[in-house]
Amino acid sequence: MLREGEVRIPSGCAISGIMNKKGEVFSGHDIIQSIALMHDRSNGLGGGFAAYGIYPDFPDHYAFHLFYESAEAKEKTETYLNMLFHIAESGKIPTRRVPSVKNAPLAWRYFAKPKPDALFEDESEDELVVRAVMYINAHFSGSFVVSSGKNMGAFKGVGYPEEMGEYFRLEEYKGYIWTAHGRFPTNTPGWWGGAHPFTLLDWSIVHNGEISSYGANRRFLEMFGYKLTMQTDTEAITYAFDLLLRKQNIPLDIAIATLAAPFWRDIERMSLEKQTLYKAVRTVYGNLLLNGPFSIILGSNKGIVALNDRLKLRSLVAATQADVLYIASEESAIREICPEPEKIWAPRGGEPVIGLFEEGGIQK
Amino acid sequence: MKRVYAREEICGGCKLCEVHCAVAHSQYPNDIIKAFLKQKTKPIARILVEEGRPISFALQCRHCEDAPCTKACITGAMQKDPVTGIVANDETRCVGCWTCILVCPFGAIKRDESGHKVASKCDLCATVGGTPVCVQNCPNDALVFTDELWRR
Amino acid sequence: MTISMSTPDFLIERDRDRCIKCQVCVRQCANEAHFWDEEEQKVKANDALCVDCHRCVTYCPTHALTIRKYPLEFRENANWTASTIKAIYRQAETGGILLTGMGNDRPYPIFWDHLLLNASQVTNPSIDPLREPMELKTFLGRKPDQLKVEDGRLVEEIPPQLELEVPIMFSAMSYGSISLNAIKSLAAAAERVGIMYNTGEGGLHKDLYKYGKNTIVQVASGRFGVHPEYLQAGAAIEIKIGQGAKPGIGGHLPGEKVGLEVSQTRMIPEGTDAISPAPHHDIYSIEDLSQLIYSLKEATQYQKPVSVKIAAVHNIAAIASGIARAGADIIAIDGFRGGTGAAPLRTRDNVGIPIELALAAVDSRLREEGIRNQVSLVVGGSIRNSADVVKAIALGADAVYIATAALISLGCHLCQKCNTGKCNWGIATQNPQLVKRLNPEIGAERAANLIMAWEHEIKELLGGMGINAVESLRGNRLMLRGVGLSDRELNILGVLPAGE
Repeated sequence: MLREGEVRIPSGCAISGIMNKKGEVFSGHDIIQSIALMHDRSNGLGGGFAAYGIYPDFPDHYAFHLFYESAEAKEKTETYLNMLFHIAESGKIPTRRVPSVKNAPLAWRYFAKPKPDALFEDESEDELVVRAVMYINAHFSGSFVVSSGKNMGAFKGVGYPEEMGEYFRLEEYKGYIWTAHGRFPTNTPGWWGGAHPFTLLDWSIVHNGEISSYGANRRFLEMFGYKLTMQTDTEAITYAFDLLLRKQNIPLDIAIATLAAPFWRDIERMSLEKQTLYKAVRTVYGNLLLNGPFSIILGSNKGIVALNDRLKLRSLVAATQADVLYIASEESAIREICPEPEKIWAPRGGEPVIGLFEEGGIQK
Repeated sequence: MKRVYAREEICGGCKLCEVHCAVAHSQYPNDIIKAFLKQKTKPIARILVEEGRPISFALQCRHCEDAPCTKACITGAMQKDPVTGIVANDETRCVGCWTCILVCPFGAIKRDESGHKVASKCDLCATVGGTPVCVQNCPNDALVFTDELWRR
Repeated sequence: MTISMSTPDFLIERDRDRCIKCQVCVRQCANEAHFWDEEEQKVKANDALCVDCHRCVTYCPTHALTIRKYPLEFRENANWTASTIKAIYRQAETGGILLTGMGNDRPYPIFWDHLLLNASQVTNPSIDPLREPMELKTFLGRKPDQLKVEDGRLVEEIPPQLELEVPIMFSAMSYGSISLNAIKSLAAAAERVGIMYNTGEGGLHKDLYKYGKNTIVQVASGRFGVHPEYLQAGAAIEIKIGQGAKPGIGGHLPGEKVGLEVSQTRMIPEGTDAISPAPHHDIYSIEDLSQLIYSLKEATQYQKPVSVKIAAVHNIAAIASGIARAGADIIAIDGFRGGTGAAPLRTRDNVGIPIELALAAVDSRLREEGIRNQVSLVVGGSIRNSADVVKAIALGADAVYIATAALISLGCHLCQKCNTGKCNWGIATQNPQLVKRLNPEIGAERAANLIMAWEHEIKELLGGMGINAVESLRGNRLMLRGVGLSDRELNILGVLPAGE
């Protein structure tokens, strides 16, 4: 059977996210409990987490999480990494035995800084990291970059998300943002790299849905040099955000209006200036519109954004309590860890929930 | 009053208006084949396509406000209905003297000698009701039934 | 040569039980296939003159007429078919090039019919266009790689775009090749449904300036009717390099079709032949094309997108890439089935490649080069229905051009005799008696209806795929699967086989 990346696999999902807007860190316990409640939205074929603020000792190093399926893959990849990066520290990602978790690849992490002479002219450090990630995923069979951002990491695999949380001992980490994903794929690829979240640099995406625009999104992104090796919506959405926010410096609200574009009938009612802007957005970035059902949580070191498709074809609920923002596929998954939030609401289709760190909240 | 106006610029001169007018005023108004093939005398159209190609247009009684034919009629058969404005010939009173034909400025009255001699002219399908059949059956909308003077 | 070996193509059958001798057929047939025998008081026919255009059949008030293929059989021969033999007889009699009209009618593969569309089941919902917005708005023109936005405002305007409510346009047909009433029909329909029509190389008649915002004005090798007001009048300008029906050759409007108004519109003397050279004699290479593109942009203050129309030929991907880099905002590609008012038969039937393959190759190539978003792709050359439109967009087109389908909506019956000027439907003719048969108001309504009908169908198909904006279909080849195609063809189309 072909595995994820060689074939496109639709799936349903559960997502959850927690963020402390003051930048105070908290353990992975809550996010595991929240996603575990939505057990039935997954089928044990994929679960994962993204955590921010978990590596305070290496805030300025790129934290690479890698999966290896063989010692040979590891050796080849490390030679490549050493060519491009100074590696301050590396080691196995701590795990514990969980009876139901099987066929785990070797999970390794590296705290790395690019070597100045590895950079192409005009290439930023971020771009070098992107280049390295694309190269490893495309060229080193048996190696897969799970995450590559600073002071963050993704933990994922084949199993229910709560099993992955236990396996990767996430209750031992402390972060200021946690997102989680439980997957219900429609076949059994059984590959750890195929689980979510998907990440690039410090972007991470957890996503529930199947976007029918995938083919259009993908071919547009490929023109900008992205190699979509996973064939998943999550990968495409991550790259779309990366292209707009990082590469092209598009403001967040416009990036959101690209992926969940306002309808023409709504644009017609805007002021002339806004009309011109949104018309241009849809004209230039039409191929990035995400069509079909989705709910996503985009994580980064700046904060999180949760977004529904413009018709709201997937459930998504948000809540706040003191400095904490909660987002989940189901209200119950929020109330499980925060029984009486101050505010709880279902965001409308295309209407983002944006959680940014408050001034002085996070030292970056 | 509503009259039929011709739009010369899109009249193709197919004469389907004549065919359908003749049928509507025949013994078989609902059967075009019988009207032409069964009726003993050829059905007469009360509309006439005037033609000098490429110019063509269909002409029928204009139902004049001050209709000369009604004045000229020696028996009082030709009357303008004060309510509908339709100029109609009461064929039971018509004696076929053709005075109306003589005075009609449009040449829109024909002789019908199939039975007892009568003047034959457009009655705006008053007997059929609704939009005149010539207008209904014009394939190119070159005939218009309207109460506004048709202008292009 | 006293005896012609040509035999009739069609047989006119008249049901004498139904014929009422009204002679409508006689008056309708510009080919004079029907005639009235005064002596016998009968309508009769000369079969050899019939072109099977169905005008008489449609107009006969008693449905007394049928046209059949002429039953005369040649000795059965899979190699020497009747049409091949008859063509030789004709050439032996005339010594001339065989001329024809409309598009290639040979049984080459139709790739549209080997592509199937996707629909949503379970994993994502299909969308009901009656309940949810379904957006087909399309912009044609050069797109920048990125927007510059500051303080919620667009700080750099994007280049001019054509705005279409439906991704369909009426493609180029000149005044001369088709009648003014046909053009008026298409122009008014385009205005009604928010799309574009195209002047072809025939200039812009004075009555049509009011449709300017729905007009693409064409600049072709003969430069007929091109002047500053003409360029300014349209919403976009199209440089015509070639057309699918006759790639590599020019055009010829015979003098008898150049009446007063055609002559005024084309800016040539009345009664003279209008000959469009095969190439533009100021474009012998790609850099020359670039000069013309920028000359036209200069002439219109960079306010109008410039399109370049080419026929789909063997090296189409590289040519299209060159055109994009030469500064074109839109590339229009016309496939080998594209129609024409007149073309040499052998050229029409043997030159060029299918639009499906050309489109896929061009779209893939431009994406590989990272310049696909800089130009819009418009394809034509036998888009027959809304499913073809959807498949074209999924393969990578921004919009499609239709002409044959548009003419059929006006009454064309594809008799392929456009070149004779005797079009009984008032479309491909300049004979005033025939032109007036096409009422432009009816024509506009019929052509607009066609676009609206296709619009509804496209929305249904999109909704079935779970897509509610056409831009999510554009280049989305995952929505297509191939049946009955070779691996190589699938590869070129960039489409998976059904079942994968």
